[in-house]
Amino acid sequence: MLILLVVAYAGILLIAPITAIVQQAFVDGIQPVLDNITAPDAQEALRLTAVIALSTAAINTVMGILVAWVLVRCRFPGRRFIDGLVDLPFVMSPVIVGYVVIVLFGREGWFEGLSIAFTPKAMLLVTVFVSLPFVVREVMPVLRAMPPEQEEAAYTLGAARLLTFRRIVFPTIRPAVVYGLVLTLARALGEFGAAAVAGGGVQGRTENATIYIFRSIHDRNDTGAYSMAILLGAISVVVLVVMNILKQVQAKRSQ
Amino acid sequence: MPGVAHGKRAIVNASRPRLDLSGWGLRGTAILYLLVMIALPVFVVFSSGLQAGLSEFWDNINHPQAVSALRVTLITATIMTVINVVMGTLTAYVLVTYRFPGKNLLDVLIDLPFAIPTLVTGIMLVLLYGPQTALAGFLQEKFDMRVLYARPGIVLALLFICYPFVIRAVQPVLVQLDQRQPEAAYTLGASGWYTFRRIVFPAIRPAMLTGGMLGFARALGEFGAIVIVAGNIPLRTQTAPVYIYGKVEAGDMAAASAVSVVLLAVALVVTLSVDWMQRANQHG
Repeated sequence: MLILLVVAYAGILLIAPITAIVQQAFVDGIQPVLDNITAPDAQEALRLTAVIALSTAAINTVMGILVAWVLVRCRFPGRRFIDGLVDLPFVMSPVIVGYVVIVLFGREGWFEGLSIAFTPKAMLLVTVFVSLPFVVREVMPVLRAMPPEQEEAAYTLGAARLLTFRRIVFPTIRPAVVYGLVLTLARALGEFGAAAVAGGGVQGRTENATIYIFRSIHDRNDTGAYSMAILLGAISVVVLVVMNILKQVQAKRSQ
Repeated sequence: MPGVAHGKRAIVNASRPRLDLSGWGLRGTAILYLLVMIALPVFVVFSSGLQAGLSEFWDNINHPQAVSALRVTLITATIMTVINVVMGTLTAYVLVTYRFPGKNLLDVLIDLPFAIPTLVTGIMLVLLYGPQTALAGFLQEKFDMRVLYARPGIVLALLFICYPFVIRAVQPVLVQLDQRQPEAAYTLGASGWYTFRRIVFPAIRPAMLTGGMLGFARALGEFGAIVIVAGNIPLRTQTAPVYIYGKVEAGDMAAASAVSVVLLAVALVVTLSVDWMQRANQHG
């Protein structure tokens, strides 16, 4: 009884919408979908999304590891406060994130001269912000569970800091880093609200894949919107599969 | 024995400071990065929202559209959270307790809302419940209920997006729960429901609460899915993030900033409470 209830709920909530979009997008076969995705404006949007997602992943991996390491290994006043800050991007509305960029860099903004607002740079900035916690939160528990003695021993024996990190710390945290990286990529690929406000959504310049979908709906180009939506959906299914493989690998390793 | 406890802590601390001394550059970089990237935006929201003075802030908040937008956001997020806590706990319970065909697939599928862009979620819901679909016609005719461009649509979108929160909070607690306790109760003649209420429920209550609250905080800020399913009708289906978006696009930064302050403040209070409750549980 309970099983049936839960399966029915999950089916209606999760599976029915997916079926609906797959059905609708391929109603005239696969050709219209391919035509839409390969059109110049769609390609342009996809390229921007890819560039921003990859840059975000690179920045957040490096900075995420650094932040996690400092928060776990160092003691300093205000550490608890700083630690609490890390989760903030998860609860700040993307629209507010975009709004902050406009206040800081927009017309009559605090740093107007930097001309960042309404450029891809602004979109990169907000995407880095919204996905900042993923790597940090995946890596921190692993670092915490890892005794500092090994690290200290290597360091005391004369290994340089970087060498210590590369040979001792990184191999241990690697699965967590990869998992955080996958989550970061997924979030970065789908970011809409913050990128739309901060970038302004100018076609051909600051229009990413999600903004392309939004514009297509307004232009009554439904096939365009569904085609891109199904592509992003397919990517997220891939992400989901990768996430689960990683989880299983991690579970096996810890056994 | 406070002395013993103190001694232990001293040993733990003694093994750490050496790394600290040479870590100043890295530590400074990390702290500065977090302050600029995260503390600064929060500061910007509150200072720009309040810089024109409290009375103007008050006027902007009391604008009928702003009040309504905040109310729609709070109401839909609350309804979603209640349903989500019940159904999420039930899902986690079923996933941990029973074996059935398709269980692994369901377990994998639960994370889908974390992976799928919320704008795509919105489009999927429009296609499923949109005006021309059979399902929408059926609901309209039988129950006189409109899903799309109405509040049920917002709740539905939020339910999709926040489904994993409660499940992923409750599941590990259920897995770790000593299976002998409920089994003993059951053997001793307690009914399944009674066992759940007296043995299982007290153990998972904190996780239900924190999972629900994190979902609630997440729901407050949702934009991509709602802007598609809600239709942006002022005073009826316009949520706070959609209101802010409209005001920023129109260049009315004062109106946008006031609602941003309230929305962010509520989200902050909720997350800080979760953080506080989790600490209290760890120590208690």
